[in-house]
Amino acid sequence: MSLEIITPGLATTVQDRGRFGYYRFGIPQGGAMDQYSAAIGNRLVGNTPEEAVLECTYLGPKLVTDADAVIAVTGAPVDVLVNGEPAPQHERLELRAGDELSFGVIRGGAKFFIAIAGGIDVPLALGSRSTYPIGRIGGVDGRALAAGDVLPVGARAEEALPRVERISDDLLPSYDQQVEVRVMLGLYDHKLTDAGLRNLIEAEWTLTPVADRMGLRFDGPGAAWKEEAQPFGAGQDPSNITDAGYPVGSIQIPGGTQPIVLHYDAVSGGGYAQAATVISADMDLFARMSPGARVRFVPVTMEEALAARAERRARLARVWS
Amino acid sequence: MTLPDHARYTWGGDEFLVVEIAPDMSLEANFVSNSIAVGLEQRDLPGIVDICPANASLLIRFDPDELPHTELERAVRELETQVRQVSGGVLETRIIEVPVWYDDPYTRETAERFREGYHQDPSGTDLDYAAAVNGLADAQEFIRRHHERPWIVSMVGFVAGLPFLFQLAPQAEQLEVPKYLSPRTDTPPLTVGYGGCFTAHYSVRGAGGYQMLGIAPAPIYDPDRRLADFGDFSVLFRTGDIVKYRPIDEAEYREIQAQVDAGTYRYRQARVTFSLAEALADLEGHNRSLLEALDVA
Repeated sequence: MSLEIITPGLATTVQDRGRFGYYRFGIPQGGAMDQYSAAIGNRLVGNTPEEAVLECTYLGPKLVTDADAVIAVTGAPVDVLVNGEPAPQHERLELRAGDELSFGVIRGGAKFFIAIAGGIDVPLALGSRSTYPIGRIGGVDGRALAAGDVLPVGARAEEALPRVERISDDLLPSYDQQVEVRVMLGLYDHKLTDAGLRNLIEAEWTLTPVADRMGLRFDGPGAAWKEEAQPFGAGQDPSNITDAGYPVGSIQIPGGTQPIVLHYDAVSGGGYAQAATVISADMDLFARMSPGARVRFVPVTMEEALAARAERRARLARVWS
Repeated sequence: MTLPDHARYTWGGDEFLVVEIAPDMSLEANFVSNSIAVGLEQRDLPGIVDICPANASLLIRFDPDELPHTELERAVRELETQVRQVSGGVLETRIIEVPVWYDDPYTRETAERFREGYHQDPSGTDLDYAAAVNGLADAQEFIRRHHERPWIVSMVGFVAGLPFLFQLAPQAEQLEVPKYLSPRTDTPPLTVGYGGCFTAHYSVRGAGGYQMLGIAPAPIYDPDRRLADFGDFSVLFRTGDIVKYRPIDEAEYREIQAQVDAGTYRYRQARVTFSLAEALADLEGHNRSLLEALDVA
């Protein structure tokens, strides 16, 4: 079976858990920006966690199914419409052949997800179906969806776990515009001035509209770098370093002004110093905020980061139980 | 130059270890980084997701559920000690000739779109600026210095298949060029750029902050793997590859593009041994022997 895209929405892409092992060649992990929401979508339709879903940005697509299908819409709050009639989010939905799925206006966050029983069955590229537009791989011809695309849907597997009709409210993520993001300091934080470091972890930062799958830029009081002799090869600006690999989630501050959080499609390396890294458990939060969101970067230790990671895993285990 | 006695170890969240061999760039730092990467790969520890050697540092991605961070750090520190005890590393690698049309109309047109607010000297070209900040007579001299000596691929990254290259030149003769004040939002694919002491060879169209010197006619990233040089993988360069740039004119640029379109183009290349000790003792001599290998290829 397949889904036909009538209108593609703003930036709808095929995403799964991501592509690992090619970072050393500059090919990023990719994958759904809110892995948790993608996972609950897959759980609702009876998929394994590995299946690819559609990630929609602000404005959803309009699509038609050519056969009976089971879908679920998760992530950012949005009005779901089947043949123009409202349908619930975070629930298992049965579509008939010829049904049209469309969406209203998003009411928070940035990304919502459409999961379908069988998964979006585009070919694997380097072990993943995730779309990486810059490298022209994954998804549909390595690009965001366009009107007229026909997406293959995989055969429905026997559901290994009991059927779930809806996800209980206490397992749903929240969509606040006031967010605490836990980070681990380190990397090149010794190059920040004392005041710069204080600003980074104590000030409130506002998400700008310059935010996508590659990175999210924040406005605030700035975080200045020390004016020191620069190492050979780095470049003159105090925010420059000898080009190095970038951890996913690391925060760079070019010119000491606007912190940029690098997300799953970000460049894998470069010459801007980074002062902290968002812990793995909190990477989903960036898909749940929209421009104007006020963010505090709260420093935690490795032990606290690992505890948060375990907590997140336990929550996912509840979704999959 | 001498390296710091110990690398600096720092965590990028709960999934990344960063090992900074030295804050500044040198062939020695690059060799230590690459040697640790090779050693770590050979150990085949469960829970290692990716090993990314960079110019003077190393980025390791791991799964802390499989490999405790303390265990990873212990293993890498052991490797660092071993690597530093081996003097004069040797690299079995290859030299690849890469044609470049310097001062071409494509990068020139792009540069014109990014002057005010982007560039240190909006009145001139990137090449004029690169020559001036290095006290060279003119752009032609910068171009000559760029291709007369070979380069080593010191890191692959940024975007798919993009190499950073470090010139095999004494530090006193290294050219250094500031990056754009603010990165361009557009760079033609296959632009050859310069920032800090590095050449970056842009594999795809996109953002970029390096000064643009010219453009290459043949791909270095080929996701469809049409050309024979991409038989194994979609990315041409590996860290440790030696590159010799060769200046070409418009006629040859078009001719090579036609071969690429026909699927027949091959990069001229040869197997070589790169010796760190020899390079440090007699760089010019070692460079000559590397280039001779190309002549017989």
